[in-house]
Amino acid sequence: MSSPIIKFESVSKSFGRQMVLDEVDFTILDGRTTVIAGASGQGKSVTLKLILGLLKPDSGRVLVMGKDIARMRGRELNELRMNFGVLFQGSALLDSLTVFANVALPLEERTNLGDDEIRSKVLTTLEQLGLAGHDDKYPAQLSGGMKKRVGLARALMLQPEIMLFDEPTTGLDPEKAMEIYQLFLETQQKFGYTSVIVSHDIPKIYNLADQVIIMGNGKAKNFASPEDIQRSDDPEIREFVRITMGNIYLSRDLENHYEKSKP
Amino acid sequence: MLAHIERLGERTLYFVRDLGRMGIFLVLAIRGIFRRPFRLGAVVRQTRLIGANSFAVIFFTAAFTGMVLGLQGYYTLRKFGAEGALGSAVALSLLRELGPVLTALMVIGRAGSAMCAEIGIMRNSEQIDALECMAVDPFRYLIAPKFLATIISIPILTLIFSVVGIFGGYVAGVLLLGVNAGSYFSGMELSVVNKDISMGIIKSFVFAVLVVWICTARGYFVHEIRGAGFGAEGVSRATTQAVVLSSISVLVWDYLLTAILL
Repeated sequence: MSSPIIKFESVSKSFGRQMVLDEVDFTILDGRTTVIAGASGQGKSVTLKLILGLLKPDSGRVLVMGKDIARMRGRELNELRMNFGVLFQGSALLDSLTVFANVALPLEERTNLGDDEIRSKVLTTLEQLGLAGHDDKYPAQLSGGMKKRVGLARALMLQPEIMLFDEPTTGLDPEKAMEIYQLFLETQQKFGYTSVIVSHDIPKIYNLADQVIIMGNGKAKNFASPEDIQRSDDPEIREFVRITMGNIYLSRDLENHYEKSKP
Repeated sequence: MLAHIERLGERTLYFVRDLGRMGIFLVLAIRGIFRRPFRLGAVVRQTRLIGANSFAVIFFTAAFTGMVLGLQGYYTLRKFGAEGALGSAVALSLLRELGPVLTALMVIGRAGSAMCAEIGIMRNSEQIDALECMAVDPFRYLIAPKFLATIISIPILTLIFSVVGIFGGYVAGVLLLGVNAGSYFSGMELSVVNKDISMGIIKSFVFAVLVVWICTARGYFVHEIRGAGFGAEGVSRATTQAVVLSSISVLVWDYLLTAILL
């Protein structure tokens, strides 16, 4: 059993009169892959921002590596954030910098490495992610899939312990989305990070998950596996399953079940 | 009735919160200037964008302002037979008032709006969040170079404005209307004292801080603008607010500073 690395304890957050999270509790385990799913506007991105300390909860605690991130400031917060790598929904590359400068940024700002060392590290990572030869382009000259890969390269530069993915495949065609999943699997094997994936790309993403958290109506519901979700009696979850998965998704258990019952 | 009171309360709270945000922003931006590692390259680039690239605009505005001053001044002073005082009138108006104020207003229009939009778009596309997540202080990385560049640029542009304006007045008054060239400059020499020049420079420093503070902060807080939300509308509203607020602040502070310094 791995230890908890991120823990939400009765976390509430509202914007104006809209309650986005209502006393939410969940735990994310070290070294595992957790998927946070739910319809849009149900607080998935807010959850991610709470984990990163970009937002503060109205009540409750967000513990990251045992520390309450909302109470941290300055150097302490920066040191904790060094453990995070984030792939943003829109990649969030600095558009005034080239691909090379974007990927080199965390090394230049956060380490004491020399120029040559930074250069060789960046070029190696770019090559590993299939971006060789694109280092002097600007983000505006790249396709959506390439931007995601540059974003991933930048996030991996400081070898984070926790990787957060905000809708990693939104806006990509199925082929590019598969490519990102492939990269995700490869890099996770290589770097061994804990990953938290926020996504509504439900059927595909469940195959990667060790744990699934479904957000809805301000609450978070925990599931150990995709099969558990499908077997849930909760009417809200059943409705979510019906809308998002329909007949497209069949988990391995159910597939076997159907296979056996075929005449 | 209750709804009206509620709305008033909401607006007041928003206003107070906004004021607080702006105050904290200024403190963090100034702290960012002194935090290492310094970004000298970025300061130079921003000085080129905000300062050097504004030169043409400042030159033409100053030349024509000076010429208008020469023209108006000449016809007004001639009524009293005091054409000889034209040089002093032009120089004093430019050095004390028009130089700092018009320079600040031109920089707001040319560079302030651009700074606000740039930072607003960075906020909307999560680039600022990305910096924070990489443990890079956005105030040091992004805002401080713009602060330094503006504080360097505006006083220099103000001095250029005043000098070009004085020659504009010379063109209109002396070359076109025939005021004596010697009296134009000697009158100036007698009436302009160091205090006039330092007043202009102090004003230009204060205006520089106001301009860069309001313009960058409006962009930085684009997501907090009431009712606009994220997106293009938010950026356009932030930019409008930045230009209007900073222009008004410059004029209000001009009055206050004149009252204090005179």
